[in-house]
Amino acid sequence: MSAGQFATIADIRTALRSKTTSAEELAREHLNRIARSELNSFVTVSEDDALATAREADRQIARQGQSGLLGIPIAHKDVFCTAGVRTTCASRMLAEFVPPYDATVVTKLRDAGAIMLGKTNMDEFAMGSSNENSHFGPVSNPWDATRVPGGSSGGSAAAVAAGLVPAATATDTGGSIRQPAALCGISGLKPTYGRVSRYGMVAFASSLDQGGPMARTAHDLRLLLHHMEGHDPLDSTSADVGPTPRGAGGTGLRIGIPREYGRDLDARLAATVDEAAAVFEGLGHERQDVSLPHTAYATAAYYVVASAEASTNLSRYDGVRYGHRAESPADLDDLYARSRSEGFGAEVKRRILTGTYALSIGYYDAYYRKAQRLRRLVRQDFLDAFATVDLILAPSTPSTAFEKGALLAPDETKDPTVMYEQDIYTVPASLAGLPALSIPCGNVGGLPVGMQLIAPHFGEDRLLGLAESFQRETDWHERTPPP
Amino acid sequence: MSQWESVIGLEVHVQLQTRSKIFSGAPTAFGAPPNTQACAVDLALPGVLPVLNAEAVRMAIVFGLAVEGEIAERCRFDRKSYFYPDLPKGYQISQLDEPIVRGGHLDIETDDGAAKRVRLTRAHLEEDAGKSLHEDYQGKTGIDLNRAGTPLLEVVSEPELASPEEAGRYFRALHTLVRTLGICDGNLNEGSMRCDANVSVRPRGSTDLGERTEIKNLNSFRFLDKALAFEIQRQIDVLESGGSVERQTLLYDAERDETRPMRGKELSDDYRYFPDPDLLPVVVTQSMLAQARATIPELPAAKRRRYVDELGLTDYDARWLTVDPDTAAYFDAAATACGRPKAAANWIMGDVAAAVRREDAAWTEVPVSASQLGKLIERIEDGSISGKIAKSLFKTLWDDGGEVDELIDSQGLRQVSDSDEIAAIVREVIDANPAQVEQVRSGKIRVLGFLVGQAMKASGGKANPKRVSELLQAALSTDGS
Amino acid sequence: MDADLIDKLMHLAALRLEARERELLKDNLLKIVQLIDTMQSADTEGVEPLDHPLDGVQSLRPDRVTETVDRDRFQQDAPEVRDGLYLVPRVVE
Repeated sequence: MSAGQFATIADIRTALRSKTTSAEELAREHLNRIARSELNSFVTVSEDDALATAREADRQIARQGQSGLLGIPIAHKDVFCTAGVRTTCASRMLAEFVPPYDATVVTKLRDAGAIMLGKTNMDEFAMGSSNENSHFGPVSNPWDATRVPGGSSGGSAAAVAAGLVPAATATDTGGSIRQPAALCGISGLKPTYGRVSRYGMVAFASSLDQGGPMARTAHDLRLLLHHMEGHDPLDSTSADVGPTPRGAGGTGLRIGIPREYGRDLDARLAATVDEAAAVFEGLGHERQDVSLPHTAYATAAYYVVASAEASTNLSRYDGVRYGHRAESPADLDDLYARSRSEGFGAEVKRRILTGTYALSIGYYDAYYRKAQRLRRLVRQDFLDAFATVDLILAPSTPSTAFEKGALLAPDETKDPTVMYEQDIYTVPASLAGLPALSIPCGNVGGLPVGMQLIAPHFGEDRLLGLAESFQRETDWHERTPPP
Repeated sequence: MSQWESVIGLEVHVQLQTRSKIFSGAPTAFGAPPNTQACAVDLALPGVLPVLNAEAVRMAIVFGLAVEGEIAERCRFDRKSYFYPDLPKGYQISQLDEPIVRGGHLDIETDDGAAKRVRLTRAHLEEDAGKSLHEDYQGKTGIDLNRAGTPLLEVVSEPELASPEEAGRYFRALHTLVRTLGICDGNLNEGSMRCDANVSVRPRGSTDLGERTEIKNLNSFRFLDKALAFEIQRQIDVLESGGSVERQTLLYDAERDETRPMRGKELSDDYRYFPDPDLLPVVVTQSMLAQARATIPELPAAKRRRYVDELGLTDYDARWLTVDPDTAAYFDAAATACGRPKAAANWIMGDVAAAVRREDAAWTEVPVSASQLGKLIERIEDGSISGKIAKSLFKTLWDDGGEVDELIDSQGLRQVSDSDEIAAIVREVIDANPAQVEQVRSGKIRVLGFLVGQAMKASGGKANPKRVSELLQAALSTDGS
Repeated sequence: MDADLIDKLMHLAALRLEARERELLKDNLLKIVQLIDTMQSADTEGVEPLDHPLDGVQSLRPDRVTETVDRDRFQQDAPEVRDGLYLVPRVVE
């Protein structure tokens, strides 16, 4: 083994450049690990394609050396469309769906030379915080197989944490990159809304969804972001801004600690975030209290907005043009109702109905419009805070990885809103469209703890710079799950 | 006069003639094999996103300016949700609260011929749905999504049309306008303009509106007229028999000539409109306005005024010529070519229109070009050919093509105006018809016409009839005294 | 959240559930409504709804045909097609 199970992209690039390994050898090693893994983190493994692409990468490396992501094995969350490779969104509805096109992110990463090994498991249609809402079964947390990896990007997070791939793509609507990254002890970045194209990314909530990278280090996140971001004429909401610069993150920054984020937090987790703040102080930054007064309303507003958008985004799954279709429908209504009821899992149905409710006559103003007003207030809280601080430091999750079944019973008898509380620290930045990342900052009871950094819109450079400086000072990101 | 009056408002879906769809780069041509013009976006495959077509926006602005409506500086797209197999996303992208055009008006005439200004409520952009084909596919319905995503401008009038005839005139005026503006091909039989009508009746003179019904998908002038007439009478019958009109959506069954309630599932009592999060607010800039304004041609009403005021046409002729923008364009070109608008109008409304009708030709493809028609008129006016010769020459031009002056020369059609030549013919006629000559001399002036005819015949139709008449009269008066 | 409302929502969303699933769903939705009702205590008087996190403006695409349609490929995933048409149970207008 030439680059180590937990090698970073940077390590692998070095190994490829020094010819101590090849792209094909790397692909085989990682494919073997995936095959041996019992985490259930992959829905589809595309071995033949991967090996063929890897051999082509080796020829290119031989010709012109390694650059970009050439030869780097990665995995895509199964929410990104991949031409010719089934894209399921972990739903029975799309269990057999083979897209005729690639998502823009998939195209960009392939153009950068990355080798896709397969598609990772997730909560169905990216709805969930435990990866237990998957048609293909739950994913296990590599640190403790009885626990969840978080969600919805649980497959990507578990795969990176277990060293099955050095990096994976993921999406974050209300915390789906940051929460599983925290629970699996890896680094994950949710870019500014609009930084990464949504084209070909199966929609959950269009005004919130944002693709981003998961990796072992902030340094790798930066490299991945460089090859994922950019204006896309196929996505009207894609921001026409230049690439993220490669700065150092700056010195003497003012780091805001939001007062409202401490409540509900396990004291041991709170301590790790506090220690992280101390590390930043040690690096010459300044800690400052800030207030984000509408935080308490963020979760409710988020569930209304996300569900409303989802309820219509998922109307296209009707059993007519693709996707699951019920056997011998009696009439058109029967075709729709049974195809959809059979094709969608319980959580997806809950969100569709919640969203339908929030948009229906008589409830629209009280729910949907109200939520969008609160959304403005939540965003304004951040804009006000960023008038006095450069970044915000917060916990990523209210707890470490929880037991499978603890918040979600297979018979759906548990209160679904308890799971929704998993996202209390991540949804405010989502509503505001801000860039935020989660990196490991401690360990409680043998399980990783993540901290969240939130920056102003398009402030990824500073965000990554600060995370990189933290990872130079600490080794939480180098810890690996027990074998 | 009936004790009831009807109140009608029309919502006309105008298909904008862009090359590509409103939110995708798929083509919009009519009549392609099923589902060959529906790309991933039109099919609503997972993960695809809409991007707005600039030309659809420009056309909406052009329309708004032409009807003197207010162009919104900012407008927005909403999702309108309902399940129907020809609606692939399960929602239609439309504009609810913030349409691109508000207000405006279209001028028509009432049944009495008075001018009437019909106010428009709004015009908004939206995407068309696909088509459900109900031919039997083993008891199933086939779905063709080629039309899905074609840009529509929905033009909504205020409910102030008073009769099916007025509604028809409004629909025709709109038809002429959008074709003049070049934003719609106006092919009703291809569904390029589809009309929904809101109808209610009330006691004559009342100012309250009665309960209304909506008749969907009236796709021809004739069906609009017949459906409205039927529905108005149906409502009157209901009211006169003591019943009340129920608010409902109807379809017009042309075969039975009746309206009946619609059962389809695209009717929902709750469309759950909300701003489409895949699209951002559309901002109409000053430069977009200026560019659109620069492309607006002379509008039908202004054209009609110009034909009367500047060209001296009658109002009837002006109206006739401006109903169809292609006819007007042909007229403009011919009138300019010959400098005689009245003569051009007469020709176009007479021989040209008759030939167009007979041959079912398009005004854009009349075989006799406007410049040739102008030349023909010129040759009549300068006395080179007679009117009669011109008519047969027109037929030659239509059937075989050619150039007016060349044909006049090669076929020896030039009118004879030379006095000596005509005088010789006149002499012959006088000599050959002594009885008639005598009658003219004794005061029967009407017989002069016979002699002129004889002279024309003798000249092979080429003599200038005016000259013939003058010389005949002169000869008879000198001979007799 | 009564039975009628659940029926209406199911109809609008084109979903159908077994009786037991429906009961559970009703309980779930009650909890969710409780959660989202916490918004009602917030003062949002005079606050404009925020539809989008960035104050962007729609970009416009030039009117060009950029897509070529490979119908066979698009219909590979289709449950039922005939003569290029997608088939559904008979629709009555």
